[in-house]
Amino acid sequence: MKSLAELKAIKEKMKGQVDMRAENEGNIRVVVGMATCGIAAGARPVLQKMAALVNEKNLTGVTVTQTGCIGLCRYEPIVEVHEPGKEKVTYINMDENKAAEVVEKHLAGGNPITEYTINESDLVK
Amino acid sequence: MTEISLNVLDIAQNSVKAKASLIEIEVEINTLQDFLTVIIKDNGTGMGERELMRVTDPFFTTRTTREVGLGVSLFKMSAEMTGGSFEITSKQGEGTCVKAKYILSSIDRMPLGDICATIETLMVYNTHIDFIYNYQIDGEGFSLSTLEMKEILDGVPLDTPDVAQYIRDYLGENTNAVNKGQIL
Repeated sequence: MKSLAELKAIKEKMKGQVDMRAENEGNIRVVVGMATCGIAAGARPVLQKMAALVNEKNLTGVTVTQTGCIGLCRYEPIVEVHEPGKEKVTYINMDENKAAEVVEKHLAGGNPITEYTINESDLVK
Repeated sequence: MTEISLNVLDIAQNSVKAKASLIEIEVEINTLQDFLTVIIKDNGTGMGERELMRVTDPFFTTRTTREVGLGVSLFKMSAEMTGGSFEITSKQGEGTCVKAKYILSSIDRMPLGDICATIETLMVYNTHIDFIYNYQIDGEGFSLSTLEMKEILDGVPLDTPDVAQYIRDYLGENTNAVNKGQIL
């Protein structure tokens, strides 16, 4: 069984470091819809995947958070990307693979994947 | 919803919305008495009698983005379809307690699923709220409290990647140790 003792070591390691994320003004905010509709459609693994990859790629200017129902339940899981000075990008019908792609191409690379955004797929339907 | 753990995540979001500062989640499995219970208890705003009566009605919701509220009704249904029971008590200004009891061996019981992911998500994405999680199988179990963790961490936030990873490992390893290979 794992104990809380290891947490002390983490504290010692982190304590001296200034939290860069809190001070970063030009933050990109990634918001995952996590109401009943989102959760039922598979938002939990999407949120976890994005947070893990953002951490892995060390994208310090990106914060991944959750929100309630966005009001477009049939398009869940929904991921919104808010970037200061830019229009909000809304990704719909997300899954883990798409989430990984969004981190790679959009969050790290700076190019939104229009194929997965709400406007594009609305036209198809 | 395909897992009990997804229902837990969903129901706990109601506690978050109700401005709880402490949410207690308990999963208890008893293989001899053949049940699995989930309790989610918060100290949020609570509900009045009228609201409480309507809360399991799918056409009742407090949200404004849509007109249906399926969370509580789905949770209730998932427990009752196994032959189990569902109970919700609440008092305005004191909080709400939701209890679902599943018949463990029922063919209609959905799997518990990734309960660790649910607890981790709740703890890491709601750092302003405290969680006490308790997991028990046949009297053996473990707990994890953000109150205790915060005391040790002394200001280092729970959403720091290293801490989030620790929470994930703690939940995963201890759940495996208690489950002893049983798939629930």
